[in-house]
Amino acid sequence: MKEEIIIAGFGGQGVLSMGKILAYSGIMQDQEVSWMPSYGPEMRGGTANVTVILSDEKISSPILNTFDTAIILNQQSLDKFEEAVKPGGVLLYDPNGITSPPARKDINIYKIEGAEEAAKMGNPKTFNMIILGAFLKIKPIVKNENVEKGLEKSLPERYHKLIPLNLEAIQKGHDSVKSIQTV
Amino acid sequence: MGELRLMKGNEAIAEAAIRYGVDGYFGYPITPQSEVIETLMARKPWEETGMVVVQAESEVAAANMLYGGAACGKKVMTSSSSPGVSLKLEAISYIAGAELPALVVNVVRGGPGLGTIQPAQSDYFQAVKGGGHGDYHLIVFAPNSVQEMADFVEDTYELAIKYRNPAMILSDGIIGQMMEKVELKDFKPRFTDAEIKEKFGSWATTGKTPDRERNIVTSLELQSELQEKHNHKLQAKYQQMRETEVRFESTNTEDAEYLLVAYGSSSRICRKAMELARDKGIKVGLLRPITLFPFPTKQLAELANQVKGMLSVEMSAGQMVEDIRLAVNGKVPVEHFGRYGGIIHSPDEIVNALEKQIIKG
Amino acid sequence: MEVKDIIKEENLAYKKTKVLTDNEMHYCPGCTHGVVHKVIAEVIEEKDIQENTIGISPVGCSVLAYNYLHIDWQEAAHGRAPALATATSRLMPDKYVFTYQGDGDLASIGAAEIIHACNRGENIVVIFINNGIYGMTGGQMAPTTLEGMPTSTSPYGRDIKLSGHPLKMTELVANLPGTTFVARHSAETAGAVRKLKKAIRKAFDNIDEKKGTSFIEVVSTCSSGWKLTPEASNTWMKENMFPFYPLGIIKDE
Repeated sequence: MKEEIIIAGFGGQGVLSMGKILAYSGIMQDQEVSWMPSYGPEMRGGTANVTVILSDEKISSPILNTFDTAIILNQQSLDKFEEAVKPGGVLLYDPNGITSPPARKDINIYKIEGAEEAAKMGNPKTFNMIILGAFLKIKPIVKNENVEKGLEKSLPERYHKLIPLNLEAIQKGHDSVKSIQTV
Repeated sequence: MGELRLMKGNEAIAEAAIRYGVDGYFGYPITPQSEVIETLMARKPWEETGMVVVQAESEVAAANMLYGGAACGKKVMTSSSSPGVSLKLEAISYIAGAELPALVVNVVRGGPGLGTIQPAQSDYFQAVKGGGHGDYHLIVFAPNSVQEMADFVEDTYELAIKYRNPAMILSDGIIGQMMEKVELKDFKPRFTDAEIKEKFGSWATTGKTPDRERNIVTSLELQSELQEKHNHKLQAKYQQMRETEVRFESTNTEDAEYLLVAYGSSSRICRKAMELARDKGIKVGLLRPITLFPFPTKQLAELANQVKGMLSVEMSAGQMVEDIRLAVNGKVPVEHFGRYGGIIHSPDEIVNALEKQIIKG
Repeated sequence: MEVKDIIKEENLAYKKTKVLTDNEMHYCPGCTHGVVHKVIAEVIEEKDIQENTIGISPVGCSVLAYNYLHIDWQEAAHGRAPALATATSRLMPDKYVFTYQGDGDLASIGAAEIIHACNRGENIVVIFINNGIYGMTGGQMAPTTLEGMPTSTSPYGRDIKLSGHPLKMTELVANLPGTTFVARHSAETAGAVRKLKKAIRKAFDNIDEKKGTSFIEVVSTCSSGWKLTPEASNTWMKENMFPFYPLGIIKDE
């Protein structure tokens, strides 16, 4: 198994921590992982993206031009990464703020109303876990129990009381993701 | 098995330093390596192992603190990124001249000048040819994973002690910023005063006790005959390193008709390029120098008897390629391919370059 | 009476401290360095800290200071002695670490290092020899060169418009909370040397109490650079240097 993922959105949306939890979940099931962020001034309120790879084998390049899955959380990221999804791959996006939706015909497209569901849950910080849940519904590459362990490992101890809420959000993402197009 | 963690290269190297028993770290913030000092300051190792951590007023001061600490026979380390390393070269030259073990980490970003904060490999010349003034070399290791960022702290320092010579870990923004799984080694105690006296008593400035002559750490020798002799000694040391300390990793070289040569992050990207090329039926191998000084000259010379051409892939305008050409000595074509200024080459580009510059060339 | 009858312990009027080596000093006749070296060596002997003292020598005339004091030494890059001292003192907090620096080293190229070491309150002693000139490189202008004073790079006298003002480092570091004892002395008379020694003793005592940085400037001469006899140099120093660099204890906390 090898899954090459780009997660891209605004700084502050929890893009990097979502990737980190995913990567930690991979470690919990003995996989090789890499997490390569964009960094620098562009992170200060601008766009943020992270490449996450989970693999049963040693990972060669941590930097990629094409991806099995793109998780897209704003229009700039959609413009930048839609073309980078491998044919037959997955594009998961939150339509909030998207003015020109994905148009590729050769990829699987899914939609998750992450921002809206997070607002409904009364906690905007659950946003990235809702997105993660949606992704794991489409591609169950890590087991739920390992996600829980991943959360434990990647969150500082003082936030461990929030793990149940995060798991709830992941479930919400699971339940709310919609398929737009399958190939 | 040691403790498994998901860490950035910069965090891993800081944690590894604490666990290896480094006595002192002296740094100054610069992107993309600031997480090294941030991690140390958050970890407060002075409470745990007694390790001293100082945020200096400049890279110049940080490197000179490194010099002072090294002179005491302490295990000392500094880290920076390219523009900061340029400032550190003053002290690094003194440390090499005074023959002290010390560790410098360069998480390279693109240049010249302030350049960019994005990853690059354009400090190869600076790292392997000395960098500062005078005839000297650093022991240079190039990690290509977060695991190696951690492991190379001990590997380089052991050699630094063995040769009484400063060592450098030449990393880059990718390895520094990337998170990977890393297995951390168990804690090693720092050297005790008695151990320092026993190991380094002949030179370390720990205070002149009646049982020995005073120790003077200096790089100054005004008598030319003695300075030349000192240089001979240094050169003999570098020659011994060339003969005994070369490390490299070769992949798919057994049947290779073409060879990619790359270190650090580029070697990771080349692995992918090699897979792509092999899928296309091109018999390509990869030689990854792990030590950049000493350089795997002999191994490349041998491979020149086998392959039809070599492509050096670097995130620079072509620096290591010169050392490969020296090793190959005209036997087969050696070309360079690289992106730079903070741009990272893609595996596809590398395969294209291999086809264009070497196979069809 | 023969010589051997005279050389007896009870007749001893003066003895060179064992902390000074027997190496012949390379300093010019009349140079202040030799006296200051001796005073530091005596303080080290009196405090019985020879085994625990580490000196950091500068770049300048006293680059070879390590030849004269029988202790462990580090020879720093130009201006960087306070950085070496910082690491040495932090890594070996029970040692007595001092830097010995000239005006070019401390006040010019090493201005950042000295300011920050003092500001951090490193538990060290700084001995600052100020003779207003670069001696070793042949008499060039220093940051402490007085207005109108001729040097090889200010041959018509220091022009403030061209080269700025002479820098009073000692007053400057006295303003930093990290310094505990800041004084300016000289070494041209026996009385002055006695005062200097008292100050250096106090500075080293401050290390015992972990009080922070002690900084002692010694206003000095440079007969070769000033192109005056040693005697005339002393007179010139008193008439010109002392008014601008007044002697005394500036800070004692």
